[in-house]
Amino acid sequence: MGLEFKTVFCGKKFPNPAVLPSGFLGVNAEVLLRVLDEGGAGAVTMKSIGLVEREGNPNPTVVPWEHGVINAVGLPTPGIENLNDEWQGLNGRMDRVIASILGGSFEDFEEVAKAVAVHKPALIEPNISCPHAKGHGQAFGLRAEDAAKVTEKVKNAVGKIPVMPKMTPQAHDIGEVAKACVDAGADAICAINTVGPGMLINIEARAPVLANKRGGLSGPAIKPIGVRCVYDIYEATGGEVPILGMGGISHGRDLIEYAMAGASMYGIGTAIHYTRDLDVFGDVLGETEKWMNQEGVKNLKDVVGVAHK
Amino acid sequence: MDNHVIVKIKKIEQECSDIKTFWFEQELNASPGQFVMVWLPGIDEKPFTLSSIGNESAISVQKRGIFTEKMHKLKEGDEFGVRGPFGHGFHFGKTTKPLLVGGGCGNANLTALAEMLAEHGKKPAYVLGARTADLLPYEKRLEKISDLYITTDDGSKGEKGFTTQKVEELLGKEGFDCVFACGPEVMLVPLLEVCKKKGIECQFSLERFMKCAVGLCGECCINGKLVCVEGPVFDKKHLEQLTELGKFARTKSGKLVDLGEYSKGNKC
Ligand SMILES: Cc1cc2nc3c(=O)[nH]c(=O)nc-3n(C[C@H](O)[C@H](O)[C@H](O)COP(=O)(O)OP(=O)(O)OC[C@H]3O[C@@H](n4cnc5c(N)ncnc54)[C@H](O)[C@@H]3O)c2cc1C
Ligand SMILES: Cc1cc2nc3c(=O)[nH]c(=O)nc-3n(C[C@H](O)[C@H](O)[C@H](O)COP(=O)(O)O)c2cc1C
Ligand code: FES
Repeated sequence: MGLEFKTVFCGKKFPNPAVLPSGFLGVNAEVLLRVLDEGGAGAVTMKSIGLVEREGNPNPTVVPWEHGVINAVGLPTPGIENLNDEWQGLNGRMDRVIASILGGSFEDFEEVAKAVAVHKPALIEPNISCPHAKGHGQAFGLRAEDAAKVTEKVKNAVGKIPVMPKMTPQAHDIGEVAKACVDAGADAICAINTVGPGMLINIEARAPVLANKRGGLSGPAIKPIGVRCVYDIYEATGGEVPILGMGGISHGRDLIEYAMAGASMYGIGTAIHYTRDLDVFGDVLGETEKWMNQEGVKNLKDVVGVAHK
Repeated sequence: MDNHVIVKIKKIEQECSDIKTFWFEQELNASPGQFVMVWLPGIDEKPFTLSSIGNESAISVQKRGIFTEKMHKLKEGDEFGVRGPFGHGFHFGKTTKPLLVGGGCGNANLTALAEMLAEHGKKPAYVLGARTADLLPYEKRLEKISDLYITTDDGSKGEKGFTTQKVEELLGKEGFDCVFACGPEVMLVPLLEVCKKKGIECQFSLERFMKCAVGLCGECCINGKLVCVEGPVFDKKHLEQLTELGKFARTKSGKLVDLGEYSKGNKC
């Protein structure tokens, strides 16, 4: 794999555009570095970081089903106070790390952003889109005003670090929310977080499978929604704002769909489960490269947004 | 098996004062050392290794906290959910003279392994340890299929002392080719040292806090290794790299803490 995947996103350089999305494999420095070094991802996103320690929901919290995964982990986080080992472990590699942050109020977002910015991640990703943690996540991402306000607060707190709010597909008009964030200073947009909430019922147990009953859907089932959301965002922002697209990318062809909808970096999360290891990043890029060779596409950039023509 | 299968408890056996075995009729295509997620709807879902594998499967549960106390209240005929099996079990194809070392509820998967080894004509030696006599599980099952050595910390049964002392003695006398172990990390750490010193191969089954069991959430990491999919059984080469072994573990929030703080209430 070579030059065709070199990526510049918000002025930051990455060897390739494949990204580990937030929430997969946690905040543990050693495992995140493995995703970069063994898995070959271009960047990794830390699990959303909160101000104070949160345990998340009781189990079952993450359950695979026929077409993806349903989860209601409930935003567990060690809290910014308890991450020193991880920052130390990631020291020197932060140019490849995206820091996702969560908050229960605008002030929370500001405070976490400030604390995280000290460690100079490549980008900061306010999570305004998680659908299963009451008063957090999606609570700030459904309405354009709230999303813009979070963006503004975070932007003011982090200096030059690019800010990339993460959108929820549950917003009535995701394009409008994204546009409002960009107007408030967002440098890029991440989309999408999980879809739902949904529910699975175990019919023998006569009970919902998740302890939280409701949870967000990810994986193959949500790909068409993710692609449409990225398409809407690209349209609403005039194709001028970099987009990190995700939702059900499991193969090269899925990644290319996201590219054509307008994304220039690509999250691969739930697909880790199907292969059960970190090779998925290299595999998806390999498949993408094969398609490009067949089609005579020299650089992936050449197909970004082409579905809009 | 991604989805939970609801199974009916066929038989419950009290193994020792704090461990009960729950037998259920569900063939799980599993190998010793693999585990399942056990679900009590409305309560929680937690990992348990299989203590017997075959037409009938079993898990053995040590009473520790809320979930395991609820398990201990279940009666024959009651139901629970299982999904799995997950993870990598013990690799026992190559061993010809195995030594098994178990502490407390760590004996669950080793008992399944001992049965499998005996079936394959490789009767193992087994060092079974506990703090006191009333905490010794599986004695009757193991007597039949292994050369059994019992140690208790207080000498209330078998030899007084720790399993590691017995292991050192046995390794000095007989030509074992692999040590298979599961138990508290205060036992595993010195045991690893013994295996290193004697230059003998080993495989240990480890525990870390689990949520997804399928390698997605990252909760179960030890030094960046995912215990749920890359373990729970690790071989010597990998064990030697785990600097967190016996020292640190992650709590439910993902916070890295001292092992002592992690296993508060952990009687194993
Ligand atoms: C791969 C694996 C296999 C296991 N096999 C067995 C077994 O065969 N028999 C047995 O009795 N126990 C086994 N355990 C431990 C068992 O999961 C815990 O004893 C149980 O979850 C305790 O729940 P509780 O609510 O009763 O106690 P709590 O009070 O919640 O916890 C007591 C201790 O149990 C451990 N624990 C709690 N929740 C989890 C979790 N979700 N994942 C991992 N550890 C946890 C922690 O060390 C904790 O300090 C295994 C654990 C793992 C990871
Ligand atoms: C178990 C799990 C945990 C997640 N945790 C977070 C999180 O903490 N923050 C966040 O922004 N998104 C989180 N997500 C959403 C993912 O980052 C991603 O947006 C979504 O899963 C779609 O991508 P995929 O289909 O490739 O998995 C989580 C998803 C899963 C399955
Ligand atoms: S328990 Fe989720 S990754 Fe191991």
